[in-house]
Amino acid sequence: MYPDKTKMESLTQAVDAAEVRGRSLWTDARVRFMRNKAAVGGLVVLIGILLFALFGSFFQAWTHEAIDWKLMGRVAQIGGPSIENGHYFGADELGRDLYARVVQGTGISIMVGVVGSIVAVVVGTLYGATAGFFGGRLDNIMMRTVDVLMSIPFMFVLILMLVIWGRSITMLFVGIGLISWLDMARIVRGQTLTIKNKEFVEAAIAVGVSPFRIILRHIVPNLLGIVVVYATLLIPGLIMAESFISFLGLGVQEPMTSLGALIQAGSKQMLYGAWWQIAFPLFFFLATLFAFTFVGDGLRDALDPKDR
Amino acid sequence: MFSYIVRRLAVAIPTILILVTISFVLMWSAPGSPFMGEKLPPPEVMAALEAKYGLDQPYWKQYLDYLSNVIFHFDFGPSFKFKDRTVNDIIAQGFPVTLTYGFWSFIVAVVCGVGLGVTAAIRHNTWLDYLSVSFAIGSQSIPNYVMAPILVLVFTLWLGWLPGGGWEGGTWDHIIMPVIALSTSYFASIARITRSSMLEVLNSGFIRTAKAKGLPMSRVIFKHALKPALLPVLSYLGPAFVGMVTGSVIIDQYFSTGGIGQFFVNSAFNRDYSTMMGITILVGTLTIIFNLLVDVLYAWIDPKIRY
Repeated sequence: MYPDKTKMESLTQAVDAAEVRGRSLWTDARVRFMRNKAAVGGLVVLIGILLFALFGSFFQAWTHEAIDWKLMGRVAQIGGPSIENGHYFGADELGRDLYARVVQGTGISIMVGVVGSIVAVVVGTLYGATAGFFGGRLDNIMMRTVDVLMSIPFMFVLILMLVIWGRSITMLFVGIGLISWLDMARIVRGQTLTIKNKEFVEAAIAVGVSPFRIILRHIVPNLLGIVVVYATLLIPGLIMAESFISFLGLGVQEPMTSLGALIQAGSKQMLYGAWWQIAFPLFFFLATLFAFTFVGDGLRDALDPKDR
Repeated sequence: MFSYIVRRLAVAIPTILILVTISFVLMWSAPGSPFMGEKLPPPEVMAALEAKYGLDQPYWKQYLDYLSNVIFHFDFGPSFKFKDRTVNDIIAQGFPVTLTYGFWSFIVAVVCGVGLGVTAAIRHNTWLDYLSVSFAIGSQSIPNYVMAPILVLVFTLWLGWLPGGGWEGGTWDHIIMPVIALSTSYFASIARITRSSMLEVLNSGFIRTAKAKGLPMSRVIFKHALKPALLPVLSYLGPAFVGMVTGSVIIDQYFSTGGIGQFFVNSAFNRDYSTMMGITILVGTLTIIFNLLVDVLYAWIDPKIRY
């Protein structure tokens, strides 16, 4: 007559457990991301490249500065990739080990992208959220400033800066950081305008939370999705900007290198038949760009399911 | 409409002023002297040089002089490195070259991009569509500094059809590779944008009506679908222009075409600040004017825009 007691208990437990676990936006997003083959593939490639940039130097037989004198003047003939002499990717035109240089160049290129992107996240989010939340005249002034800065040809100004204040990695970071946040500020402001009219923000204002606390505690966490997506998609753009400058020979200086500088050096040596000098840097460059783009697109689809 | 143009100009003019100011402040903050070579010239020579270039004046006066020269006379002053040339001479020499292949790149990117995009949309979900989409995705992410070496490898080294660089007054065989290298990624972007907006338009009600009343397909597309489908392309032209102007630096440098980009990079290596400033301001002003034109055109074409 009565239902089995143990069965009922297990049923209520199962219901409880399901309730406890819940399905947040982020769980859903993770599931969707994992179903996206291109995005997961991009993530795997990306992790591989990161491991290569971080730990690749442990496997190198030569440092990035050491010159292999045995190859001097005959790099195009005998400097190709080989396991025996330790030049896994061959040697560059001076006889330096290309493997060590690609490891270092990949690291620096990714670092430029990631640092620029972090600056964009911190500055752009705070700037955009402040402008959007306060609105009115402050918003007008802040966003017009962004408009003005955006219409300046930043690549030319950046080169001007690098030439005048000295070419160094720090300068490159500063220069790329200065422009990377502009788009982010615009996007974040747009989102903030919709979020600030929601009930929970109204409630926070009603109980007298200070404006900056509202921005940090209530608005910024709700922006996280779009910020993460945009930051991921920004990285390849910044890597390309850095490579652009390095390709002109105005970026990082020897003995440091980046993928753009390696591609430039390789594109000159390619004419003499040293194909490996452009092939390996180019491969890592394109793989990094594609991986970041696929991961970014995957994140966007995962976090914004209605945009199909 | 008129008030919209006035308002946009009210933003554009201060932007140009800010650009001039930023360039000037950067140059003002430069350490060392622009005349420094291996070692500093003797003090009296130095004083004479500074007097010639007006560098002995107080900074505010230098700034005002530069500003009024640029605005009222389009005069960017003398070059710091080439004693017998002004920045205007350098721009006059390099700009026509950049303009020539830049113009053709722009035409190629827009015409081919729109053509491919429309074709892909009409033949939606056929092999032609898949082919053009994968081609577009592939070439969109190849930057011009990768494209240029590949082109030289194929057309100069393997096939031997085209010269690997130079300009020679702009004969067609010297223009082809710069145009391909500069336009490919924008051509691909325009193709993708056109395809997706065309697909959206082709699914809308008024196209169904046009088809239902028995119009031939070509008339439906050219008369009804193309105009609304091209609006997103129009708004992409601004960023494309900026990208191409920036990319021309690479093209000039790699193909030695002798455009302003090559002068810009050379002056960067020579610390020829006045030439760099002149080119930066010129490029910035052109960008601002172009964006203004695109926005006005957009507002004029799209009746939904309130200005």
